[in-house]
Amino acid sequence: MTLRKRFGRAVPYVLLIITVLPVIVGYFWLILSSFSISTEGLRSTGFTLSNWSFLRGSPFGRGYPSIWKVTLNTFVVAIGMTIAVIVVSSLAGYALSRLNFPGRKSFLSLTLILHAFPSVTLLIGIYFVLRTLKLYNTVLGVGLVMIGFELPFGIWLMKGFFDNVSWDMERAAMIDGASRLRVWGEIILPTIKPGIAALAIFAFISGWNAWLIPKTFTIGAGQQATLSVYLENFRGDTVAVQWGAVTAVGLFQLIPVAIFFIFTQDLLLSIYAGGAKGGT
Amino acid sequence: MSLASRLKRGGAPPLFPTHSKGGMPSIGDRLRSRFGSYGFLAPAAVLVTLFFFIPVVIILVLSFSDLDAANFGTLQWWLPENWSLDNYAKIFNNKFFPKILGNTAFYVVSTLTLFNFSSALIIALLTTHVERRTGFFFRVLWLLPRLTPSVIYIMMWQRIAARAPHGILNQLLVPLGIGTGGNLLQASPWPFVILVNGMIGASFGMVIFTSAIEAIPRDYMMASKVDGASTLQTIRYVILPAIKWPILFVITYQTLSLLTSFEQIMLLTDGGPGLYHTEVWALTAYHRALSNYFGNNQWGYGAAWAVILVIIGVIAASIYMRVFKFDELVEEPKIDLL
Repeated sequence: MTLRKRFGRAVPYVLLIITVLPVIVGYFWLILSSFSISTEGLRSTGFTLSNWSFLRGSPFGRGYPSIWKVTLNTFVVAIGMTIAVIVVSSLAGYALSRLNFPGRKSFLSLTLILHAFPSVTLLIGIYFVLRTLKLYNTVLGVGLVMIGFELPFGIWLMKGFFDNVSWDMERAAMIDGASRLRVWGEIILPTIKPGIAALAIFAFISGWNAWLIPKTFTIGAGQQATLSVYLENFRGDTVAVQWGAVTAVGLFQLIPVAIFFIFTQDLLLSIYAGGAKGGT
Repeated sequence: MSLASRLKRGGAPPLFPTHSKGGMPSIGDRLRSRFGSYGFLAPAAVLVTLFFFIPVVIILVLSFSDLDAANFGTLQWWLPENWSLDNYAKIFNNKFFPKILGNTAFYVVSTLTLFNFSSALIIALLTTHVERRTGFFFRVLWLLPRLTPSVIYIMMWQRIAARAPHGILNQLLVPLGIGTGGNLLQASPWPFVILVNGMIGASFGMVIFTSAIEAIPRDYMMASKVDGASTLQTIRYVILPAIKWPILFVITYQTLSLLTSFEQIMLLTDGGPGLYHTEVWALTAYHRALSNYFGNNQWGYGAAWAVILVIIGVIAASIYMRVFKFDELVEEPKIDLL
C-alpha cells in the first residue's frame, strides 16, 4: 500500500475524531472536575472526594432540599411520564391502527401535524392552563405537560408497531369472546415489546433530562425542583459557583442516561431519528 | 354483516364480537363499538386538548390584550372589549426588532447550513464509508450532545469557553498569543451558540441520511466504482440524487425546529452578552412573558411574539403533510387478509 493510499484511508477517521472532539473534551472535564479541588484547562489542581459529599445531605448548604429529595422528584417525573406516555399512546395508537370510526383520519392527521409542530411555542398558554388547574409549581403539573408533549410522537410510533402485528391472534381471541380492551392488553401489547421499550427509554430520558419545562412551571431550587433545575440554580451568576460540587451532581444525574447509552445504543439511534426535534 | 365479510371488504373487525351470525349487529352493539373506539382515544384527546388546543387559543387571545404583572387579576383579558392590535404594533416598533429578526435569521441559516445539514451529511457519508462497527461507534458518540441533560451540556461549553486559566480553549490559545485570555463567550458568543446547537442538531440529519444511504442498492455503488468514478463523483452522481427526499425533509424540518428552539441559547448566553446580542425570536417571546428577571411579566406582549411562531409552525407542519405524502400514511387501517 502506498503512503498516499494509506493517507487516504486515514482521512475519514481523522475527520470523525476531530469533529467529535468537543464532546469528548467536555465529558473528560466533567469527570475530572468532579474529583478535583479545581481545574485549569484539562489539568486538575489536586484530587479530592469532597465534591461527592452531597450524597450525605445538601450539596449547596442548608435551605436547599437534599439531593435525594430532588432525585426522587426527577425520578417520579421520569417514571410517571414513561408509564403514562406508554399507556396513553398505546391505547390511542391501537385505536388508530385497528378500529374504524368517524374522525379516525382527522385524529391521525392531527397527530402528525402536532408531531411536526414546535410545542415550545405554547409555553405561555400552558402557564395559564396550569394556573387555572392549580397545578403551577407542582411535580404533577410538570409531568402532565411533558406527557402531553411526548404524545404525538408516542402515538405515531405505537400505531406503526401495531400496524405490523398480524390480525390472526387478535381475531382468534375476539372470536373466543375477548373484549377489545383485553385483546389490547393481553394479546397485542406483549407482541410489541420492542416498540414499548423504545418509547419507554425515550420518554424516560426526556423526563429525566428536562430543564425548560420544569424551570418554567416550578419556582427555583425548592421542594418541587428536578435535578436539572436544581443544578442550573447553582451554576448561575447569583452564587459563587462551586464547580467541583456542581460537576459531581451533574455526573450523578448522568448515571441513568449513561446506562442507557452503553446498553441500548441501537435503540437510541433508531428512536432519535423520529423523536427529537432539531436544535433542541 | 358477518366478521368474515367485513374482513373481505377490508374493514376492521367489529369492536365487539358479533354473536348474531350473519345478521347486522344491533344498534346497541354499534353504539358500544363507537363508544369503545373513543374510549381508547379519550386520554390522549384530553391531554392534547389541554396542552395543545387550549394553549393555542389562550396565546392568541392573550396577544390581543395587554395583560402584565401589574394588571394581573384585574384585567379581564378574555373579553373582546379589552382587545387591540397594540402588541403587534409594539413588536414592529421595537427598537431592537431589526436586531432580533437579524439574529434569528443568522442563527437559523448558519446552524442549518453548517451543522444540521452539512455536518449531518458529512458524518453520514464518513460513517457509512468506514468500517461498519467504527461508523456505528462514531454515530453513537454524536448522539451524546442530544442525550446529555442540557444544563450539563451547556456547563461543559461554558467551561470550554471560560477565561484563563480555567477555560479549556484558552489553555491553548493564550500560549499561542491568540486573544486576551478573557471569556470567549463574552468576546464572540455567536460561534458558540451555533456550535452548541449544531452539535445537537447534526445527529437528527445524521441518522436519517445514514439509513437513506444504507438503503441505496449495492449494485449502484459497484457500478459507479467499475466505471472508475472517484469517491467524490460517486457521492455527487449516485448518493446525493438517491437521498434528495431525505435531504429536503431534514432541511425543512430542522428550519422549523431551529426557528422555535431557544433552550440552549437561554442557558448559554441568555440572549447576551449585553443587550440582545444573541437574542432570537423564540427567546424574546419567553423573556417577555415568562422570565422573572424582568420582574414585569408582559404576558400579552410575549404572547404576540409567540403567536407569530405558532402561525409559522402550523403552516409549516401542514405543508410537510402534503409535501412528504403523509396523507398516504393516514389511510385506512391495513389489514392482513386470511
